[in-house]
Amino acid sequence: MRIEILRRKKGEKDSYLQVFEYEKTTDDETVLSVLNNLNLREELKDINGEKAEKIVFKSSCGQKKCGSCAMLINGRPGLACASRISQYSDTIRLEPLKKFPVIEDLVVDRSIMEENLKQMKVFFEDKAIISEKRNQVSYEASRCLQCGCCLEVCPNFSVDNNFTGMAGAMPMSRIINELDKKQLKEISKAYNKFVYNGCGKSLSCVDICPAKIKIEDMLVNSNAIAVWKRYLKD
Amino acid sequence: MINIIGSGLAGLSAAITLAKKGTASNLVSVQEAQRAQSVMAEGGINAALNVMGEDDNFMNHYEDTMKGGAYLADPNSVYGLCKNAPDIVNWLIELGVPFEMKNGKMIQRNFGGQKKKRTAYVKSSTGKMLMSALIDEARKYESKGLITRYPHHKVADLVVEDNTCKGAILKDEYSGEVITLHGPVILACGGLTGLFRCRTTGSSDNTGQLVSNLFVKGLKMGNLEMIQYHPTTIDIGDKKLLVSEAARGEGGRLMTYRNNEPYYFMEELYPEEKNLTTRDVATRAIYKIMNDKECSGDVYLDMTGIKEEIINERLSDMREELLDYFNIDLCKEPFKVKPGIHYFMGGVYVDEKHQSSIANLYAAGECACQYHGANRLGGNSLLGAIYGGKTAAENIEDVEVKITKEILKDCDECSPLFNEKIATILSEGLGIIRNEEGILKALDKCESLEKEELNKAEQNKLTFAKAMLKSALNRKESRGGHYRDDYPETDESYRKTSVAGYDQDITINFADIPERRPQ
Ligand SMILES: Cc1cc2nc3c(=O)[nH]c(=O)nc-3n(C[C@H](O)[C@H](O)[C@H](O)COP(=O)(O)OP(=O)(O)OC[C@H]3O[C@@H](n4cnc5c(N)ncnc54)[C@H](O)[C@@H]3O)c2cc1C
Ligand code: SF4
Ligand code: SF4
Ligand code: FES
Repeated sequence: MRIEILRRKKGEKDSYLQVFEYEKTTDDETVLSVLNNLNLREELKDINGEKAEKIVFKSSCGQKKCGSCAMLINGRPGLACASRISQYSDTIRLEPLKKFPVIEDLVVDRSIMEENLKQMKVFFEDKAIISEKRNQVSYEASRCLQCGCCLEVCPNFSVDNNFTGMAGAMPMSRIINELDKKQLKEISKAYNKFVYNGCGKSLSCVDICPAKIKIEDMLVNSNAIAVWKRYLKD
Repeated sequence: MINIIGSGLAGLSAAITLAKKGTASNLVSVQEAQRAQSVMAEGGINAALNVMGEDDNFMNHYEDTMKGGAYLADPNSVYGLCKNAPDIVNWLIELGVPFEMKNGKMIQRNFGGQKKKRTAYVKSSTGKMLMSALIDEARKYESKGLITRYPHHKVADLVVEDNTCKGAILKDEYSGEVITLHGPVILACGGLTGLFRCRTTGSSDNTGQLVSNLFVKGLKMGNLEMIQYHPTTIDIGDKKLLVSEAARGEGGRLMTYRNNEPYYFMEELYPEEKNLTTRDVATRAIYKIMNDKECSGDVYLDMTGIKEEIINERLSDMREELLDYFNIDLCKEPFKVKPGIHYFMGGVYVDEKHQSSIANLYAAGECACQYHGANRLGGNSLLGAIYGGKTAAENIEDVEVKITKEILKDCDECSPLFNEKIATILSEGLGIIRNEEGILKALDKCESLEKEELNKAEQNKLTFAKAMLKSALNRKESRGGHYRDDYPETDESYRKTSVAGYDQDITINFADIPERRPQ
């Protein structure tokens, strides 16, 4: 197989493409294991036999649970650990997500996501309210990996404006769903400002979410409470 | 200012506890909290809530935990853990964790080695749910200035002078800048996954490097030989995918083929606990069955007898995961599983307050040796991480420190190939079944590896690996996760903590376990 990687050295501005030859070990190998295996070589050489530095990327869980390994795989944002190489033809091209500043190789700085959550005050001032009825939305909203794939495809998100995209809206949806009345006003204001008003509702984010979060259901619930003021009662 | 290393459950719990009492902390982790191994936890968290009409109480939980750990845990610590468990789960409810409920009431599930339904859960995603709630809670205190995050910062080493910890040396992985944070430290850096590269269910961020570096500085380690092999894992790419014990808690059965007939061996071998023995027992049973000539060589998990509606309600996420990765529908067919490394009962040797052998240095969560003895019960480590982080935070003193010596800025890393070599050696020496011959062979291989050109990080990790092997060598008995076929019996004289130390060379001693105080 041919593995093309868009690489960049730390602190530099320009990227370069490096190509590696790769013999797959098993059919169910993932893109993440390809990267691990390349780095395992005693000496990493590119397709021209030139010595190459170890590839820098992020991973942690290896099983779609932590969002670390989000990258562009043949142009589409996804998780390296969730992407079987058998689904691609002979060439796989790996690039860092484009919406975020590149640190080095496949590593990008996604700090903006946490900054947005902080700005919107995504937390409970007081106790949360859980109930059998509310639980389903809370479960779904809590699953967000903060991977950033949704932001990558969102036409309205950029690190420079105040729209948070779904990476902000999902954790926010948990809070809205479990809120007691006191905090509702402030949270609703933030939701309208940072989520509702900025979203074009094109829903490009829905199909791309690797956690397959039911984004639309979450939005319906949050809109009802924070925009249409239908406060949840159990 | 307290410095917390690691933002999994133990680190977050410590930071929140400190903030609640008005103490500020730095929360340092290689990646954001959302990436910590804690998000992977599946089956649940234990607490004797007594909501299932089974007349449960925390003393039952205490007894199951002590027995499950083959009486190697500190009874006073375990007492505190179990007694506080209901309060912890109630706190998690206040933070909005959507625990499974039915008819307005919380429900709990069965887990291995426990006589009552005591495991609170959210499907098979409990860790992620807990983490989402704790991350939000920590954000509240961050906005009040009580928590400062360092979310892409690798701690290379701690500053230790006169056996006192004075701070942490970290590298900003984005800018490359090296920073020193002054003050006492709580280590919450997770288990020793990195010593078994690609052979565990855990996170690759938990490299075990920091603990190795500290070991060589004199930090004492407890029960390093106690490694938990989970009975049911599946290989994917280059890691082990866990099939949570919840699968058996909800009615899954272990099976093999004998004379072409399905053989539910656990039910025959353990008529009382059946498929829900402690993990050490189930793992050894599977190992034996896999090597039994009369059986097919493979072991399967059969969940086809569980009602589909129960699966959809309680394990829909597990079903999706198996479909996604392996195209297996657990409702329709039994699937192959095998034991894989899952948890490290051993780690930084700490007392009941989570104080380590170095002053101003505490450790909590999976990096610490506490609560689980020779074998951890499923559902007890999420609890241990939260309670341990809290206990460490309640006990650590926010003292002023003065660093006198020049600080070494040593940020070496082990190469992946070196990690692979260590993992191969350790897997041979510290398998499910061990013996002197195997351990000595592994130690020999360490000696050969030592002759290669190694950087400082590699030397430290190798020394640590040897300490693990020597701990296993010196425990000449079988207990919990440590099974020796040359010493197959449990020997009361070894009901002690193995303590590994380093002072020019590795030392292994056995320390008494504290007596239980009258409560
Ligand atoms: C698949 C799976 C399922 C599980 N299911 C359950 C379950 O159902 N119930 C249960 O009780 N337990 C379960 N466990 C075990 C449990 O998840 C862990 O033991 C627990 O979450 C450990 O928490 P922790 O806070 O100690 O560490 P972790 O969550 O592992 O966090 C470690 C932190 O340390 C940081 N770190 C590491 N090294 C450094 C360094 N050098 N510098 C800076 N930061 C560093 C990491 O970035 C991370 O933030 C499961 C484990 C796995 C792998
Ligand atoms: S619906 Fe469209 S605008 Fe809104 S978050 Fe999704 S992709 Fe972005
Ligand atoms: S909503 Fe989905 S795609 Fe977006 S950050 Fe969360 S998990 Fe990733
Ligand atoms: S490594 Fe965790 S999502 Fe890929």
